[in-house]
Amino acid sequence: MCNPVLQIDVIIPTQTKYLDLIGNIGEHIAKDLDNFSGDREALAYHLNLVLTEATTNAIKHATLTTPKDTVRVTIQTQENALIIKVYDHGQGFDLETVPLPDFDQPKENGMGLYFIRTLMDSVTYTKQDDCNVLEIIKYL
Amino acid sequence: MKLNLERKNGFNIIFVQEERIDAHNSGELKEYILHLVEHGDVNIVVQLENVRFIDSSGLGALLSGYKNAAAKSGKLALACCKQQVLSMFELTRLNRVFEIYTDLNEAFENET
Repeated sequence: MCNPVLQIDVIIPTQTKYLDLIGNIGEHIAKDLDNFSGDREALAYHLNLVLTEATTNAIKHATLTTPKDTVRVTIQTQENALIIKVYDHGQGFDLETVPLPDFDQPKENGMGLYFIRTLMDSVTYTKQDDCNVLEIIKYL
Repeated sequence: MKLNLERKNGFNIIFVQEERIDAHNSGELKEYILHLVEHGDVNIVVQLENVRFIDSSGLGALLSGYKNAAAKSGKLALACCKQQVLSMFELTRLNRVFEIYTDLNEAFENET
């Protein structure tokens, strides 16, 4: 494992007003990345989106069970990868059983995880001791 | 959520005066459109010029509005999308559902 270049650890109340803050952190990281030769504006949007969607999911899971819970988000940049972890205390779900959106008969929800999986390189959701962790990796 | 409404050429134009549509404010947009449709204002153009970010809940709010308008023989179209916002409609194939116009003039030429 490479040494992290940057490590950010944020804990927010389970309130959607903090989505802007979390998303903007992703945008700033994309714009400040050294040695990134790809489309920086696109990466900035994608990180904003992925952080927003993952945090929204964590807030939803938490507010169903313990409304005064918090959501923890960590972002680590390494030389060749960016690793996002979003921790929730909800009941959890099986990532593998989440279906793709039906593009022919689109529905109002169910697109968030599709965005995360489509725009990032690796997505896992695992249960740890007292929480669930959505780990998202984007190779740079 | 800051929204302005203008009526022109038989259309209700909603100007979204926010840079960001996400799960924090998309519910308001959804309710606003539903309220219009329920009052018979079923032909709607949503002007997204100021919006630089939309997430899945924002797309869902617009899709809800589209379906509600269509159910009452109306139509909801979009105008003035920034490139990054447009790419979200392309990624979800929702660009095949919505009429997306470059500007309001193009919307009126085609919708009226």
